[in-house]
Amino acid sequence: MKKTVFFGALATAALASGVASAATLDEVKARGKMNCGVTTGVPGFAEPDANGVWQGFDVAVCRAVAAAVLGDSDAVEFVPTTGKTRFTALASGEIDMLARNTTWTFSRDVDLKFEFTGVNYYDGQGFMARRDLGVTSAKELDGATICIQTGTTTELNLADFFRGNGISYEPVPVETGAEAAQQYTAGSCDAYTTDASALAAQRANFEDPTAHIILAEIISKEPLGPLVRHGDNEWGDIVRWTLNALIAAEELGVTSANLAEMAAGTDNPEINRLLGSEGNLGGMLGLDSDWAERALAVAGNYGEIFDANIGESTLINLSRGLNAQWTEGGLLYAPPFR
Amino acid sequence: MSDTHAQSVAFVRETEIPQQPPPMLESGAVKWVRENLFSGWFNTIMTLIALYLVFKILVGAAPWFYNGVWDAGSIRECRDILAGKTGACFAVLVDRWDHLVFGFKYPQDAYWRPLIAFLLLLVAAAPALFGKYLPRKMLILTAIYPFVAFWLIWGGTLWLPVMVAASIIATAMVFRLVEGMAISTRQILAGAVGLVSGLGLAWLLFKGAGELVFIANNIGASGLSIVPYILFWAAGIFTYVCFIPMGIFVGYAIYQSAEDGGLVTIVTALFAIYFMLAYLLGPVSGTLNSIIPLELQAVPSRDMGGFMLCMILGTVCVSLSVPLGIVLALGRQSNMPLIKGVCVVFIEFVRGVPLITLLFVANVMLAYFMPPNSNFDLILRVIIMITMFSSAYIAEVIRGGLAALPKGQYEAADSLGLNYAQATRLIILPQALKISIPGIVNVAVGLFKDTTLVSVISMFDIVGMIRGPIQQSTDWISIYWEVYGFAALLFFVVCYSISQYSQWLERQLQTDHH
Amino acid sequence: MTTLADQPVKALNGSFKLSMLLNDTRYRSLTFQFIALVAIIAFMAFVGGNLVRNLTEAGLNISYAFLGEPSGYDINQRPIEYDSQSSHGRAALVGLLNTLIVAFLACVTATIFGVIAGVLRLSNNWIVSKIMAIYVEIFRNVPVLIWILIIFSVMINVAPSPRDFRGDDPVASMMLFDSIAVTNRGVYLPKPVLGDGSFLVFGVFILSIIGIFAFRSYSRKQLFDHGRLIPTFWPSVGLFFVPAILMQLILGGPISLEYPALAGFNFRGGITILGSLIALWFALAIYTGAFIAENVRAGILAISKGQTEAAGALGLRPNRIMSLVVLPQALRVIIPPLISQYLNITKNSSLAIAVGYMDVTGTLGGITLLQTGRAIETILLLMLFYLTVSLLISFFMNIFNNRMKLQER
Repeated sequence: MKKTVFFGALATAALASGVASAATLDEVKARGKMNCGVTTGVPGFAEPDANGVWQGFDVAVCRAVAAAVLGDSDAVEFVPTTGKTRFTALASGEIDMLARNTTWTFSRDVDLKFEFTGVNYYDGQGFMARRDLGVTSAKELDGATICIQTGTTTELNLADFFRGNGISYEPVPVETGAEAAQQYTAGSCDAYTTDASALAAQRANFEDPTAHIILAEIISKEPLGPLVRHGDNEWGDIVRWTLNALIAAEELGVTSANLAEMAAGTDNPEINRLLGSEGNLGGMLGLDSDWAERALAVAGNYGEIFDANIGESTLINLSRGLNAQWTEGGLLYAPPFR
Repeated sequence: MSDTHAQSVAFVRETEIPQQPPPMLESGAVKWVRENLFSGWFNTIMTLIALYLVFKILVGAAPWFYNGVWDAGSIRECRDILAGKTGACFAVLVDRWDHLVFGFKYPQDAYWRPLIAFLLLLVAAAPALFGKYLPRKMLILTAIYPFVAFWLIWGGTLWLPVMVAASIIATAMVFRLVEGMAISTRQILAGAVGLVSGLGLAWLLFKGAGELVFIANNIGASGLSIVPYILFWAAGIFTYVCFIPMGIFVGYAIYQSAEDGGLVTIVTALFAIYFMLAYLLGPVSGTLNSIIPLELQAVPSRDMGGFMLCMILGTVCVSLSVPLGIVLALGRQSNMPLIKGVCVVFIEFVRGVPLITLLFVANVMLAYFMPPNSNFDLILRVIIMITMFSSAYIAEVIRGGLAALPKGQYEAADSLGLNYAQATRLIILPQALKISIPGIVNVAVGLFKDTTLVSVISMFDIVGMIRGPIQQSTDWISIYWEVYGFAALLFFVVCYSISQYSQWLERQLQTDHH
Repeated sequence: MTTLADQPVKALNGSFKLSMLLNDTRYRSLTFQFIALVAIIAFMAFVGGNLVRNLTEAGLNISYAFLGEPSGYDINQRPIEYDSQSSHGRAALVGLLNTLIVAFLACVTATIFGVIAGVLRLSNNWIVSKIMAIYVEIFRNVPVLIWILIIFSVMINVAPSPRDFRGDDPVASMMLFDSIAVTNRGVYLPKPVLGDGSFLVFGVFILSIIGIFAFRSYSRKQLFDHGRLIPTFWPSVGLFFVPAILMQLILGGPISLEYPALAGFNFRGGITILGSLIALWFALAIYTGAFIAENVRAGILAISKGQTEAAGALGLRPNRIMSLVVLPQALRVIIPPLISQYLNITKNSSLAIAVGYMDVTGTLGGITLLQTGRAIETILLLMLFYLTVSLLISFFMNIFNNRMKLQER
């Protein structure tokens, strides 16, 4: 069927130039699949397992959106993107949303014309160094060779940090996280810098994780979140509020265990509105009323997704930190569902 | 001992001495060694150095192979089993075999399909490669192969490729039919076809002119540069001026061609194939499939990966770029300055930039040049760019073949009264292509190796698979010798056999000439 | 096909019919080119229109203004002055120079490898020729990207890291009287430091080079005019080294060497050759060397055996036959394919991104593209860079080739 579409497209492309642009939601529904851009592999965040099924924290957001929109968490086509290709892939419509630990910055939002729909992980750029190097602060890294994973804001933060502190360094740009880890473990760089979450994830994979420390300095703010194209607000709303539903569900105590029970109706009106037994929030989004229930049914609420993919019980072993609910001293604060 | 000459000579031998074996140093293995390894002080030193190197490499590598671990779940287990000894961890190849060969998303129960497609490729390529030794009729296999392979690898309904093949055959029949028509009938047809295509062309050009003016205005609005602004305006005005004459002219030309049938035949055939592919193909194959379902599980091209992706890209791009290369080479030889210029610019441009930049174009730029919301597969975009790339190189090889033909061949064709198309098809190309085949094979080998570059643009070919999911996974982090060595071995086997074929072919061609 | 006789007489008399545009070979090529022109314009309209629409929809425009803005990132190999406050344009220039550096080094080394391997493959020493054949086949038939990755991986995993040089009983030690350090970050070499009076040493050195040339031409004149053979090799060597070293000693060592030494995290001082440069350089050289070896072999085989035999009859020794008779003739066959190998090296150097060497693909087509998001502009510039470099190389090499061509006498 695909080829038919292609031949048709090729033929009509010559005749009809300029097709009216359809709304992303309709397009996704018509296609029956959502295209979601992810990384080519960061353990815990997005990574194909041995069976080729994508797993991870960012992947879970994609699956939740797909479940909310299409009712099927497997109706997602994961498109691996590199730092270079992610924005073009989104801008050109190759993917419908990008969930690829992408930092929310002014220029990406305003100049590159993307719509960040929230933050699913508050991160910051950190450093990892060997314990036996005896370094405790990044300011002691004067003259060190530092591996950087290119394609992110990391190069710029690093240059700013060292310039600001008046110390020098040798940058070693690396394409993929695997190669950075390889170079770092072989000692061809003294320290390795990238988002602190990725550092923790990669350290977990090392032969002896305790031989490496993550330095205290976090030199940047890296709010990572899913993003969509600028201008299609309906679609942006869906992605934004699916993420908010995951976060709010944790705050409200909706888990995958009690989801069915809660969906039947509770005493808490906000839960009822969220799960669709009261009001018609789903209809306002252009979806049906139990959209959030479906999104939550995939892997549970934000906290459950966190624990299953990157939490303290996993190899990656990240604590909630900034990513705890606001009620517990974190930054997660979903706007009210009303 | 006789006493006949006993007085005059002390000893005379009267019987032949039995033949002696040659001296030890001048025969057999020793002689060979002396002549080939130790024929002088310089040679002796070289031999000793070489032997030392070989010895060192063997001593270094042997335990690595010998101690190799084939059964382990992760690199840590491997290290535990080796317990400090030097040894390879071949277990990664066992564990990730499927990923290395097929990519991580190709459905596991469908692995037999690409395998059969690969075996069939050998069968289908044989008549084209060893034309002399196999009956010509076997070329039919080569012609059928693309459709079968497409169905096997991508899956979906069999009726789709069958119907595409049927459309092509039907078009050929239309071609024959129009060619064989009585002139009076053909005049009616030519009138209709000429009218439709004239009108269609005029309408297209009219739209195009509007488009050019639209572009020009946009450039003007962004205040970018005055040169493209004027250029697009000029092109727009030019098109506005000539869209009606062009339409009339083309329509008239088609009508006029009714007598000798060249143009009208081609245009009718084009109409026929467009109509069939655009309007009949989907519904008909869908209906047929609902009546007699012959379906394999469909696999989107995004799920292709591993060495299979390299093979697909290599085969598809080489087979597409040969015809394109022929056209470019002929264009470059043409005596029409504009056509020659376009071909020269295209060839030199493509040969002047690295493939990786063209892949960047496929990856990040091509989407901007396509109609909004038209969605091309990444693999399709990559195939387009690699085909462009290799066609420029093949064009240069074929140009060499064309130049090597003696001038007399062209003149002989002219003197027989053949027109350009006939002369090229019957006299020039068969000879030029024959000379160029070894060169084309070399380009093909180079291209096949270059398919690994797609790993740079986040496609999971075998190198991308290694650099991404395998080296990044918790189990196999930072493993490199084993996996890269395996990839190198696969490429070596394929490329070495192709280059051996090419050398064999060169020898065949040589004997033909002498 | 209409022949001349079929054509209407009127047409030959000068009056023009529309059908002549198609049927008359005089006009037909014009017609075809006109159609081609229209097709090109239509293509332009299609592509340009889509581009404009897509850009307006995304709210972007084409602008090269970013080239003047501060880049904000650092580069580890800087042939010219550069820091993170320099512009993107300057970063692109640094990248371009880095491309040229690695391409030049790889071209020279690949030629050396190729000539050695090509000549040795024809050697009558069985084992040497077999080893060379294996080298050529193995390297030719495996993608260069895999070679680059293997060599880089081997380098960073096998070479010692600076840490191993530390301590009382270090795992690794420096070579050649503590002057060269080979680490997995790169190779550190001593750097000459010019003190007062070093210009005198240089002056003497240049004078002695002039002297060598003068001496050589004198000895040649003696040989041709008077048939006297004056040995040139050892006097030249002496002339090359002795005066400059004497001067250096007399002046009390104005040129000193700065040795790399372990300080802090890294070796400091001296000249650093980055590991990524070495890996890329070596991989390109050894890969392309295999192709050049084949070209050299083909070139030598193209020289008829009679040449070798004639030279042998004149009493030349085998290595002299090779260097004086065979190679100079073979060069004419070798140079054209050599040019295209040099072009291949230049283009393949764009694979630098696989090992993090900051060539132009890494700066302009890499970090600049990522930071500014200006994909179309940067990729167009990138292609323009490579196109210019390729055209320049083939231009100069073609001039060289024309000078090397057989001069008919």
